[in-house]
Amino acid sequence: MKSAIRLPDWSRFLRSTQTGQPGHIMAVLDRRHVYIVPSRTGFVFALMIGGMLIGSINYSLNMGYVLAFWLMGLGIVAMLHTWHNLAHLHISASKAPPVFAGEEARFSLILVDNSGRERSAIGLKTASQTTTYCDVSAHGSNEIILSIPSKKRGWLEMEKVSVFTRFPLGLFHTWGYVENDLRCLIYPQPASPGLPIPTAIQQFHTQGSQTTHGDEDFSGLRNYRLGDSMRRVDWKASAREQGLYTKEFEGQGQFAPWLDWDITPGKDTEHKLSQLTRWVLDAHATGLAFGLRLPRFILTPAADEAHFREALKALALF
Amino acid sequence: MSILQLRWVLLSLGLILALHAPYQATWIVVSAALLLGWRYWLAVRQQNNPAIKLPGNLILLPLVVIAALGVLYTFGGLAGRDASTALFTLLLAFKVMESRSLRDFTLVVLLGYFFTICTFLFSQTLLIAVLTIAPLLALTTALISLNQREKEVKSNVLLSLGGRLIAQALPVMLILFVLFPRAPGPLWGVPRDATRGMTGLADEMRPGSISNLSRSDAVAFRVAFHGNAPDASQLYWRGPVLWDYDGSVWRSNHTESASTNNALSLDSAPLTYTVTLEPHNKPWLLVLDTPVKTGSAGFLTEDYQYQSRQPVRTRIRYEATSVLRHHDNSALDESDRTRALRLPEFGNERARELAKDWAAQTSNPDELIQKAMSMFAHDFSYTLTPPPLGASAVDGFLFNTRKGFCEHYASSFVFLMRAAGLPARVVTGYQGGEFNALGEYMIVRQTDAHAWAEVWIDGRGWVRVDPTSAVAPQRVESGIASALPADESLPALARPSLFRRLNLGWDAVNNDWNQWVLGYNQQRQTEFLSKITGNKVSRGDMALWLSCLLIAIVGLIALWILRPANKDHDAIQSAWIKFQNKLARAGLQRDSAEGPLDFAVRAAQTFPASQPVIEMIVELYLPLRYGGNKSIEAMEQLAHYVNELKITKLGTRSISTG
Repeated sequence: MKSAIRLPDWSRFLRSTQTGQPGHIMAVLDRRHVYIVPSRTGFVFALMIGGMLIGSINYSLNMGYVLAFWLMGLGIVAMLHTWHNLAHLHISASKAPPVFAGEEARFSLILVDNSGRERSAIGLKTASQTTTYCDVSAHGSNEIILSIPSKKRGWLEMEKVSVFTRFPLGLFHTWGYVENDLRCLIYPQPASPGLPIPTAIQQFHTQGSQTTHGDEDFSGLRNYRLGDSMRRVDWKASAREQGLYTKEFEGQGQFAPWLDWDITPGKDTEHKLSQLTRWVLDAHATGLAFGLRLPRFILTPAADEAHFREALKALALF
Repeated sequence: MSILQLRWVLLSLGLILALHAPYQATWIVVSAALLLGWRYWLAVRQQNNPAIKLPGNLILLPLVVIAALGVLYTFGGLAGRDASTALFTLLLAFKVMESRSLRDFTLVVLLGYFFTICTFLFSQTLLIAVLTIAPLLALTTALISLNQREKEVKSNVLLSLGGRLIAQALPVMLILFVLFPRAPGPLWGVPRDATRGMTGLADEMRPGSISNLSRSDAVAFRVAFHGNAPDASQLYWRGPVLWDYDGSVWRSNHTESASTNNALSLDSAPLTYTVTLEPHNKPWLLVLDTPVKTGSAGFLTEDYQYQSRQPVRTRIRYEATSVLRHHDNSALDESDRTRALRLPEFGNERARELAKDWAAQTSNPDELIQKAMSMFAHDFSYTLTPPPLGASAVDGFLFNTRKGFCEHYASSFVFLMRAAGLPARVVTGYQGGEFNALGEYMIVRQTDAHAWAEVWIDGRGWVRVDPTSAVAPQRVESGIASALPADESLPALARPSLFRRLNLGWDAVNNDWNQWVLGYNQQRQTEFLSKITGNKVSRGDMALWLSCLLIAIVGLIALWILRPANKDHDAIQSAWIKFQNKLARAGLQRDSAEGPLDFAVRAAQTFPASQPVIEMIVELYLPLRYGGNKSIEAMEQLAHYVNELKITKLGTRSISTG
């Protein structure tokens, strides 16, 4: 597995350390990359203290000075606390599972505290996302799922994530960026079901280079393996309580249909891809081995999970 | 917006409202409290039924208008201290009524901080200052709760964080308070009603004016003598000097200007002292009779009044030097002589006749004075509640009622002297004072208000004559309480009691508070800092020190806040040490070179009965101590098992088995 968070500009934004867990890269919001500015509330607060001071001068209110100065101190202390609430937070991510276009890509970020501090009201935000908040307990961690709606197939790149907080008083806004190359594979949206998977016979005329197919060319039996199509189980043998056998046909995958770009109906590329995706799903659901032929891409027939994923990936990235 | 957050906001506003209550019109406090209660009630109902809405503008706007009209009616305007704080209170409560979002409530909390400072417009006593910490803490906690995103956070967690923030801000406040260069106020006018409730000597004297003042036990001023204080009978604190009489009221019709020549010859050692004068909204700066040297707080007039150029509206401190005995060889200025002899054209004929008789008998001023004094010493009495006098005040008093307070005696004495041809004038001020041994200073209260007379005797100058001393010598010797019959109503503090003694202690604390906190102004700041450093401190120096110290203290606070948190690590280690100690007490020592796992194995073999617990402990300890996992649960479990572990001693066990 490759790193989930790429750090394009190390020295500027993040410091990263590889941990023992595969699939995780820790990003640390270290002290030089946590920024802080007064928030809107902070400005109002400062304005109010200014008003208090002027009033205290005018009315010779020494207790007014005391309160105004105390609030100034409170502002300074709040700034330190706000910064402290975010600094040295570790962020890791795991790979986002692929989804079909139209579904939400779910990026999982894990906030980890290694410094032994309670962290409250940490917000995560991307340019297009509403903010999500969470707390992280001392030496604890908390997972945040950022769901981003996917519109089209292909790679959905995660935007720059801004991690921020205003806790405890909301007078300061402190933040850091997690620059990442998190991405989620978006499969094409499947066409609505209905159109049957093209049979081998239909395909016979349209392609010639492959091994000749004959779905009745029985070649023998082998032990049933998980993932074999139900249609190919020798039910008669099973009925005789001889165990489960799978019928083998001449030339592995001879029965398997080829899902071929050229014979797929559809008015444009996306429609064709949608239809192909639907067939891939249907074929996988029935355990049918299938092959996929796209312009400049051929996937020989198989029925396993990896094959299924590879086919979908090919369709997604076509 | 959760109910918890709302509760904190409302609690803090309620606390400030309670602080305001003694100074604010009752209906204002009650309406504000009702509005806050209404908001809470709605929020509670909203929990069960989210369809319940806050009242809209259709309901609130008329209420706001009614409230504003109420303020207008009560205070006769919307400006001024009382009216504007009342309006602010009500508007803040209305703001809460329409607040829904976190942002609304954040604004409410910020306005709450401002609301707190308004309390100090009414009172800045030590008690109020201490009580103000409560709303400060509550507001800060409310702000924290508004920034919290978890649903279930315990209030005590929020409160303790609020307390920590307030405590950490304290050093910054102290440094700023001491070093922030003070500007002399005011920047703009102080509203007139800000001086409401200030009592003190008026610029005129009519029958009853001094006795009314005497009913208040408010502090007029406090004095610290730089040496020994003189006897109580010598403590005449000089205030306004009144020359002009219209038959009922004594006034001073001339605006006094600074004296140009001062022909006083001193006959006793000068006394220097520092006065801290409570604000009374008049220009008099009270000084011991007779002042010879004063500072820059005001100017000394021809008739030895010490006056400020502005009415005294804040507590001020000044130093002065006075002399108890003196004489003046110069001649009385002709215009002053005319003024000091002038009487109304008509009225008080019997008194005039009496004075003329006396003048016919003797021309010696001392004998004239003596005649008047011996008359007072005979069947006149001293009372706070004299009977009414009728149109001819002097005649009425001298020949009918014969009961009066000091203003009656001073007024009629001066009248008689003038009628007899001796220049005389009335002096008002205070007489006496209470020494507070706890603070080494003297308290002079409004109760001590007094009026006496001065007559001009050639070769001696203006001589003080106190006609009250003829009728009630105790008044001058030992204060008003001993001079008045016990059944006359005097403020509690004027009579000796346990309460009075306690009050002296409290007054000493308050005096320090007034001197060092409330009286810490530009002048005091410069004095204090110059004294500490031994150099004259300029405002530039102050700014420089302020920046340096502020950076230093913020740095220290930052180090404290950002200190590495190894508390949890310590918890792991201390649990392990406790485990070792338990085993050691049972007779099993860990070798210094023995690792935790080996030790645990050995322990489990030695104490088979405790083997499962020992295994649990070491299985929890190893990943906590050496692994990356530092979960709270694991730490709690570790501590739990270590506490649970019960091991019988090796020795006892071997005996029981053997």
